[in-house]
Amino acid sequence: MDIANALVVFLNFVFIPAAAYGAQLALGALGVTLVYGILRFSNFAHGDTMAFGTGTVILLTWGLQAMGISAGPLPTALIALPFGIALTALLVLGTDRAVYRFYRKQKAAPIILVMASVGVMFVMNGLTRVLIGVDEYRFDDGARFIMDVRTFREMTGLPEGLALRSTQALTVGVALVVMVALFWFLNRTKSGKAMRAYSDNEDLALLSGIDPERVVRLTWIIAAGLATIAGTLYGLDKSFKAFNYFQILLPIFAAAIVGGLGNPLGAIAGGFLVAFSEVAVTYPWVRVVGYLVPGYEPSGLMQLLGTEYKFAVSFVILIVVLLFRPTGLFRGKSV
Amino acid sequence: MKNLLLATAAGALMAGAVGAEEIKLGISLGFTGPLESMAPDMQQGAELAMKEVSDSGLLLDGSTVTAVTGDSTCIDAAAATATVERLIASEGVKGIIGGMCSGETIASLENVAKANGVVMISPSATSPALSTIEDDGLFFRTSPSDARQGQVMADILSDRGITSVAVTYTNNDYGKGLADSFQAAFEEAGGSVTVNSAHDDGKADYSAEVAALAAAGGEALVVAGYVDQGGSGVVRASLDTGAFETFVFPDGMVGNALESNFGSEIEGSFGQNPAAEGPGRDAYLAMAEEAGFDGTGAFSAEAYDAAALILLAMAKSGSSDPATYKDSIMDVSNAPGEEILPGQLARALEIIAEGGDVDYVGATAVEMVGGGESAGSYREVQITDGKLEVVGYR
Repeated sequence: MDIANALVVFLNFVFIPAAAYGAQLALGALGVTLVYGILRFSNFAHGDTMAFGTGTVILLTWGLQAMGISAGPLPTALIALPFGIALTALLVLGTDRAVYRFYRKQKAAPIILVMASVGVMFVMNGLTRVLIGVDEYRFDDGARFIMDVRTFREMTGLPEGLALRSTQALTVGVALVVMVALFWFLNRTKSGKAMRAYSDNEDLALLSGIDPERVVRLTWIIAAGLATIAGTLYGLDKSFKAFNYFQILLPIFAAAIVGGLGNPLGAIAGGFLVAFSEVAVTYPWVRVVGYLVPGYEPSGLMQLLGTEYKFAVSFVILIVVLLFRPTGLFRGKSV
Repeated sequence: MKNLLLATAAGALMAGAVGAEEIKLGISLGFTGPLESMAPDMQQGAELAMKEVSDSGLLLDGSTVTAVTGDSTCIDAAAATATVERLIASEGVKGIIGGMCSGETIASLENVAKANGVVMISPSATSPALSTIEDDGLFFRTSPSDARQGQVMADILSDRGITSVAVTYTNNDYGKGLADSFQAAFEEAGGSVTVNSAHDDGKADYSAEVAALAAAGGEALVVAGYVDQGGSGVVRASLDTGAFETFVFPDGMVGNALESNFGSEIEGSFGQNPAAEGPGRDAYLAMAEEAGFDGTGAFSAEAYDAAALILLAMAKSGSSDPATYKDSIMDVSNAPGEEILPGQLARALEIIAEGGDVDYVGATAVEMVGGGESAGSYREVQITDGKLEVVGYR
């Protein structure tokens, strides 16, 4: 019984939140890693692309709700998502036209493109605020829980409760579908193969007759799609606030670099690694241990780091990986 | 001939103004910044009291009172200090209603008001640090210290038979001061605080914070935060994970947003916020409505009382000099004497002129304790059927 209780506490406070957060980070890191692999720069505007995409999805969701359209038990935002992706892709393609293409033509050094992306980040940041405002919005509707604490307690008779929010399950589910689709696209379709070829060796790809501008456009569209999906899932699961997407940029970069920049599989592994580390290091284990070791009552909380230091965990992982394995766990491009 | 006329005219003017002067009072509030929405109602409250006294013509041989406003910004101590400096040095104010937030108030009191010997009465700075500050008898406040609220909250919990709680506070002077004073009072009363940890405002996700609070456990969770900020996020995450079911809300959390955010999900949770009841408050609300502003605005009534106290103290001591009237503020605000409600300031001035005593009650049932701060009365609220309900006053 005590082992069951320990498991429930672990699932409720560590595993489920970390899995959902990890899926959101993984999707974000996939976008970053894709842009890095093909366009060869770290896109600092990715966090605010997520914010912009989510903002448009929220506006469309409100429109749908006003028209009385809903997705039953699922959030209405899922219906709005494809349209949000389309709008975000338009914005990102426009940005590429206006900013990045110029530097690409000049064959500018990657650091110049990175700095340009910082500028783009601030512009998008402002654009999102103008569009939807700086306040906090919750836009999840439909069924809130798959399993709530009270039902779980009644079902199992355990004193500890377990909650699974529908947005958490949805996040993991959608993330899995998107990842599988992305790998299928990269490995099985002609466009995907062209992108990988361009990523491996630009000159060789040009000689083989691959249109570089088409590859770049495709990359941006996919990156916009990944950003909008990741941002919307994050907003659904937590809440939308323009500023928070700027903050989430750090763990996303940590995830992408830990996995190996340019390596999609690494981005996914990195996302979950960062998320589970953040949660596990700041979680007080006293109750789990209390159930597992009968008769043992620790005086402290058995918490390694205060929750205020959550972001510091991503920094530490980042530094350790860069010191000992600069290309990341999955051998991406060197940073 | 011309000289004679001039002399006569000047003499006539002098005669009409024997003793009467134009008294300026400064209003230093955060007209910009995080509490900018509250400042206008507070300013109008203070000006209402000044107008009432001016119109009566009974203060210091018919002196008139005018207000000079300045922006204290609430968060920028340097800007607040500069504002108070300007009010005192170039406007020549005889007293200041302000500042608004605790940090800014401490800075302007220590750097300017004390150096110039000018009285400050803050309507809204509630940090416990201001209770013990070295103020040369110049600082007063018409709002209670958060130390008092911590005590009240501990009393409410004890009365409800709750003996162990977890505490989370918003990571600033207000949250920390309130959480610490509550912990001290609650442990004094025999309760135990399992954990006392901070949360930062403006985050999307509070599940990590709540996991830590849940691990420490407790019968209820005290949320010393803001209802429009992280406080609601903590409550939401606690409900979702089943970490806590009963919450205790201090003043920053008691708001209508609680009903719309959570409704019956937090059934049975309770809290308290400073609010006086009774004829004084009713009278003030009616006056405010007539003057065309909202008297229920936070700390608006306290601002009225702050201005009224300065003016009554001037009358009592017979001088508009802060060095003289500062000693009369405690005198007019407390018993003995005839109780004075808002709108009765003229009556109070008459009594003082006849040599009698007044006990200013005002809009917030002012009772000065300690080094010159309001003892404060609190409203105990509870969530019943998804609605905030007042269950008592203490």
